[in-house]
Amino acid sequence: MSDPFGQISQFLLDLLTGWGLEAGLAAFLLKLLGAAAMGMLALFSTFLFIWGERKLLARIQIRLGPNRAGPFGIFQTVADFAKLVTKELIVPSGADHFVFLLAPILVVMSAVAVWAVVPFAPRFIGTDINVAVLYIVAIGSIGILGIMLAGWSSNNKFALLGAFRAAAQLVSYEVPMVLTLLIPTMLAGSMGTVSIVEAQRQMPFLILAPIPALLFFISSLAENGRAPFDLLEAESEIATGFNVEYGGLMFGMFFVAEFLHAFTIGALTTTLFLGGWLGPGVDRYPILGVVYFFGKSLLVWFTIIWVRMSLPRIRIDQMLAFNWKLLTPLALAAVIVFAVADKLAPGGVLGRTLVLLAGNALLAVGTLAGLWVHARASRRAATPPVGSTPPMRVSPS
Amino acid sequence: MTAMQIVFLVIGAATLLGGVMVVVSRNLIHAALWLILSLAGVAALFVLLEAGLLAVVQVAVYIGAIAILIIFAVMLTRRVMADSGPAANPNWWAAALAALMIFAGLVVVFMQLPALGAAQAAPLAGDPEVLVEDLGRALVDVDRYVVPFEVASVLLLAALIGAVVVARPPEAPLPEEEGR
Amino acid sequence: MLQDWLFIGLLLPIAVLLPAVAIGLNWLLGPKKPNALKRSTYECGIETVGEAWVQFRAQYYIFALVFVIFDVEAVFLFPWAVAYDKLQLYMVLEGVLFILILAAGLVYAWRKGALEWV
Repeated sequence: MSDPFGQISQFLLDLLTGWGLEAGLAAFLLKLLGAAAMGMLALFSTFLFIWGERKLLARIQIRLGPNRAGPFGIFQTVADFAKLVTKELIVPSGADHFVFLLAPILVVMSAVAVWAVVPFAPRFIGTDINVAVLYIVAIGSIGILGIMLAGWSSNNKFALLGAFRAAAQLVSYEVPMVLTLLIPTMLAGSMGTVSIVEAQRQMPFLILAPIPALLFFISSLAENGRAPFDLLEAESEIATGFNVEYGGLMFGMFFVAEFLHAFTIGALTTTLFLGGWLGPGVDRYPILGVVYFFGKSLLVWFTIIWVRMSLPRIRIDQMLAFNWKLLTPLALAAVIVFAVADKLAPGGVLGRTLVLLAGNALLAVGTLAGLWVHARASRRAATPPVGSTPPMRVSPS
Repeated sequence: MTAMQIVFLVIGAATLLGGVMVVVSRNLIHAALWLILSLAGVAALFVLLEAGLLAVVQVAVYIGAIAILIIFAVMLTRRVMADSGPAANPNWWAAALAALMIFAGLVVVFMQLPALGAAQAAPLAGDPEVLVEDLGRALVDVDRYVVPFEVASVLLLAALIGAVVVARPPEAPLPEEEGR
Repeated sequence: MLQDWLFIGLLLPIAVLLPAVAIGLNWLLGPKKPNALKRSTYECGIETVGEAWVQFRAQYYIFALVFVIFDVEAVFLFPWAVAYDKLQLYMVLEGVLFILILAAGLVYAWRKGALEWV
């Protein structure tokens, strides 16, 4: 079984040409089949992800989670889907019908289309375009568009405010994400995801570039609208924001897109920093690549849920200050440090690793020093000046 | 008619339709959406020309940044669902005349291109992967495009400074202003 | 190479079609009994006052504008990053200069208070 995926696609191609179709049309149909399979697989696996997330959230909160619908509650999401599908589709009065219906479709499309460039195993990828990293950025920004249109088309003050804040947050956090994506590109010498995975054969980029990996993880969390950045949908803050007027399955679509995106972040982090499908024995048995890939992605996905359950929500001004005053300068500095360090690094895996780790340590120390200086300055600004009267004490009698 | 030609015609028609509807549409947000269709059509045309990098850059920058900026601006400066009035300007005939003249000039220039009579697209100068790398090298090569590269960054800096100066928040926030 | 893009060209319409079909299913299966109350705008249960309109604030726009600038910058840097392995040090430094110029712009925006969320 040296190349199972190539053999399967060759078998199917021969089958189709055997039925009398010419080769070009057969290849086209095969691609169509592959695309349809990928789209449906992405959407249906979201059922499992939603169930898994709810179970995990529950366990972290020391409760059971869904356990009625099917064994271990595994059909809970199906039941929710069935409920949502039978709800009435209400378009609020004064809303822009076409845009109102388009917005959830755009958001889901953005979540699904990223999967075209994710490599599951050697030679098992939707398509290996050579600009995959920029493609991921481009498709992500279409999701932002969908959310803004959702908020605008609802003819609702809260939805509009939610859309503005959502746009400000998502657009701001895209900057450090795009900048940190430069670093795997630099280290691998290519924007194609397969090349990036192959370049990690000697050392996963997580070891070479822990700070950019962390930056990418944080900004992806913010792009997804996950806690601690989930101000976009905070019920207590802005009446659930941009999707307040959406009911039924359209609301379900936003939900599906968010949970699918969470796993997509896991898949992307795995591909870019953890070595994708690489692992012991994967060249002889390519099917192991799928196992390694999903194992690593599930690990990152678990971390995302863990972070969600552990951290409180941060305010919009804190969030934006965090992005523009910490993450973006750090991302710029990281690109500069990596560009210079990798050129100066000696060849050979160990030397390069040490030099790049030193560069990372420099960034970390610099950031911590900057934060310490800032904290000290704001502490000084907050303490009352010497010689002022102390606050009055109220005696218990 | 090969499949490529049919695909090209469909994409070209969609792009043109988007362009026309941008001008004709009464609702500004709808006009912005038609613009997005037009830009997406251009990205698809880049793909047909085997310029993958330009296609994703088109989507990422034009649709993902500039169209969002335009929609943002429209959302902020217009009453939300209101009509924007008739889209026609009394001097539309002058604009149409100018557009026709430019179109005629472009057609005359294109007719003189030697490759126009070719039945097939000209092959790329190299493998797409190598082309992107070559572009990267060209951008920093002293003999090629390093000066425009750095000037572009200065231009972006000027844009950033200009934006900050023009839209600077008021020096002292008004006491009763909404916190949102 | 076009074959690669063909997959994306097929996946995008499918990715649009699947949620559209799901929403269509919802429209088919759901009851259709619209009344004025259901279709009214939700404002935490109270009657709405005035149109759905939000005060113009340039702050919202500035973030999008700064994002555009950094997006274009990143797009310039991607080919440089792809060619990185084959570049010499001075070429890398030219790219670093590009980044530094824009970092200076970010510092300017920061100092002028353009990055605050008022």
